[in-house]
Amino acid sequence: MKNHDTHITSYSQNLTVLLILLILTTISVLAVEFHFGAFTVAIALIIASVKSAIVLTYFMHLKFESLLLRLMVGGVFLLFAIVVVITFIDYYFR
Amino acid sequence: MNNSSPTAPLNYLNHKTGLWSWLSSTDHKRIGLLYLYSITIFFCSAAVLGLLMKIEKIAPGETIMNAQTYNAMFTLHGIIMIFIVVIPGLAAVFGNFFLPILIGAKDVAFPKLNLFSWYIYITGACLGLYSQFAHGHSPDAGWTFYVPYSAEVNSNIVIALTAAFVLGFASILTGLNFIVTIHRMRAPGMTWFRMPLFPWSLYATAWIQLLATPIIGITLLMVIAERTLQIGFFDPALGGDPVLYQHLFWIYSHPAVYVMILPAMGVVSEIFPTFSQKPIFGYMPIVFSSLAIALVGYFVWGHHMFTSGMSYQARWFFSLLTFVVAIPSAIKVFNWLSTMYGGSVDLKPPLLYAISFIFLFTIGGFTGLTLGSLGTNIQTHNTDFVVAHFHYIIFGGMGFGFFAGIHYWYPKIYGRMYNIRWANIAWGILFTGFNVLYFPMFIIGLQGMPRRYFDYDPQFQTGQMISSIGAFILIIGLIGMISNLVYHRSRGAIAPANPWHGVTLEWQIPSPPPHENFDEVPTITHDPYVFEHPYTKSK
Amino acid sequence: MSTTEHSEYIDSDTGKMGMWLFLFTELFLFGGLFIVYAVMRSKYSEGFHQGALELNAFIGATNTVVLLVSSMTVAMSLTAIQKNRPNIAAILIFITLILAGVFLMNKYFEWGHKFSLHLYPGSDVMKNLPHGEIMFFGLYFMMTGLHALHVIIGGIVLTIVMLRLKSGKINQDHYLLQENGALYWHLVDLIWIFLFPLLYLIT
Repeated sequence: MKNHDTHITSYSQNLTVLLILLILTTISVLAVEFHFGAFTVAIALIIASVKSAIVLTYFMHLKFESLLLRLMVGGVFLLFAIVVVITFIDYYFR
Repeated sequence: MNNSSPTAPLNYLNHKTGLWSWLSSTDHKRIGLLYLYSITIFFCSAAVLGLLMKIEKIAPGETIMNAQTYNAMFTLHGIIMIFIVVIPGLAAVFGNFFLPILIGAKDVAFPKLNLFSWYIYITGACLGLYSQFAHGHSPDAGWTFYVPYSAEVNSNIVIALTAAFVLGFASILTGLNFIVTIHRMRAPGMTWFRMPLFPWSLYATAWIQLLATPIIGITLLMVIAERTLQIGFFDPALGGDPVLYQHLFWIYSHPAVYVMILPAMGVVSEIFPTFSQKPIFGYMPIVFSSLAIALVGYFVWGHHMFTSGMSYQARWFFSLLTFVVAIPSAIKVFNWLSTMYGGSVDLKPPLLYAISFIFLFTIGGFTGLTLGSLGTNIQTHNTDFVVAHFHYIIFGGMGFGFFAGIHYWYPKIYGRMYNIRWANIAWGILFTGFNVLYFPMFIIGLQGMPRRYFDYDPQFQTGQMISSIGAFILIIGLIGMISNLVYHRSRGAIAPANPWHGVTLEWQIPSPPPHENFDEVPTITHDPYVFEHPYTKSK
Repeated sequence: MSTTEHSEYIDSDTGKMGMWLFLFTELFLFGGLFIVYAVMRSKYSEGFHQGALELNAFIGATNTVVLLVSSMTVAMSLTAIQKNRPNIAAILIFITLILAGVFLMNKYFEWGHKFSLHLYPGSDVMKNLPHGEIMFFGLYFMMTGLHALHVIIGGIVLTIVMLRLKSGKINQDHYLLQENGALYWHLVDLIWIFLFPLLYLIT
């Protein structure tokens, strides 16, 4: 039976990741104060995506997992994005 | 000697006996049979509903039921057939039984989860039945549950939606189990491209089960929310969009049809090499076309909605992708036929069903193109043409693929052989009945006969009557087929380990298989379809 | 070649893959709601703006911080078990559970406040709002409600993990359930990372 992976994330590395996430959260809250109009959603989503990527990569350990798993995660997000885009081929052009 | 006598060799059937040993077994083979028996019962019930519908339609006017009852009938027929029989069908029965064996494993990755999935399945199926008899009216919104009707009608919709949700969970967990099994449990030496084609088809199918089913899960929850909490994403009075329901519904339900057909294609991909005694033609194209169908199948759902008010650009896009997704299927048909070409063809029942599978699936496929073209779709949408199309594809495709599988693997599963002549005769009646039942529906559909109508104008009478007669012939064929298999379960001749001279792993172990499949885990050293003495014409 | 050990422990890479696949289904489950959100937002940008004004961004931000910290504590609990400190791991899980409780309490007060204003689906107040706001609040309640349900489920799983850390069933050599429970918890956090800006910050 295979043992768990041998890479251990240290307590301080976990704390660092949290601090980065908190900074990004602060930025996204402050960004709302500036009126970017139609781009507000885009900016909010971009920051959320960056935070998600950090959670996936470090907290969820994807950085140290197999390429297969990383491909699966990427593929799943890509598939979902394509489905959303295709849905909008209807709504945008109605 | 029968398989459970004291002197019979130890196998999965006599390993432990008694009803509870079956209901608590995590053995993938027993779970496969649990699914087989439950699915057969539900299939027969839904087939009876179909027959009743056809009796109603044998003449214009009310024959044996009124319109409301007819609506409830086609709703239940659809729910049972789609969610309880055809979507789980091949993967749950033959996938469970044979996937581990075909890849040289002792069981699936998560055996307890496998049993749990069956219980979830049974719960969902019983909930679906309960929706018929619970206080209130039987659901009558069609298995498609379109809003606004499903959100507003006073019938047991919530119970039916919950049933579909629960059934979806079973589908998801089975898909999850199979993906992990295929990734992690292959025998030493079995690289991806030494894996036989049925496991490949199950792999492609499992990804669809995993990723598409949650979408219908949440969509059904949204309709339940609209009925119970007045959260109305699909209600125009609240600002919602009913077409959005259709999008979400078909984002799952279109990929779902590939869940139905891919395993059937996998089964016939196993049958053709065995009954031609030569390797499959085009192993790689079949592998990649399976994956392509699974992927592109996610992008065509709008072809169910051409007349619903989508933008022109969307209609154009979906029509184009629909034509694209037909290509990998056609590639498979060429490969199957080419496998038989020049082979030592043995026309036993599995091959009969496999060949008729190609014939029926092709008719279904071509008529799918008629439906997929924007212009002709306007004429044929919501007519009996559609009903004929999907019965050719689903029943003629998945159904006949299932029948092919059961006739192929029966001797392995039970260690007994059925009567070949009886099987051939039943096939003939079944095949005839099928075409007499469904082909006229193409014609009256083109002439304007709407679907889901319990009555019709006199001009359609002849076609309807022929079709209804076909239903009776079909049922007789089904009874013949099933009775042959049931009768010989304990009375058939003892079957050898390899009655069809197949070369994949299931034929290298005894019939019935031992409890842990292999006495020693095999090491794979060659491609899956190597025949020692393949039949080639030039010699 | 040895026969399969019927050990009570599943091989950890196999079990982990299974968990990731299950997470994919959760992503697509919430994904359906995100599709509805995208469609409705593109249709009713003004209504969504007005609806978001009704939400308290401070509570939303607090909840975001709470979940992010809880993700850290659960990740740290894995560090602890890998360093053979099951007691510390259990304490960190316990802190995670406390934070989950704080999140749910905030949610309870948030929803309670809406209810007291008769701002819930089906109410007379709701029915008289513009369509865009009705859609917004429908999404708000359904998305945060479904999310809260997952917080509860995650909490139950982590509670079991904590008890097994105490009993020794989870230890330095066998901690798959803890790893998978942590993955599930991170998913709960991930979904909120998207919900927060889409519901609270689009003003």
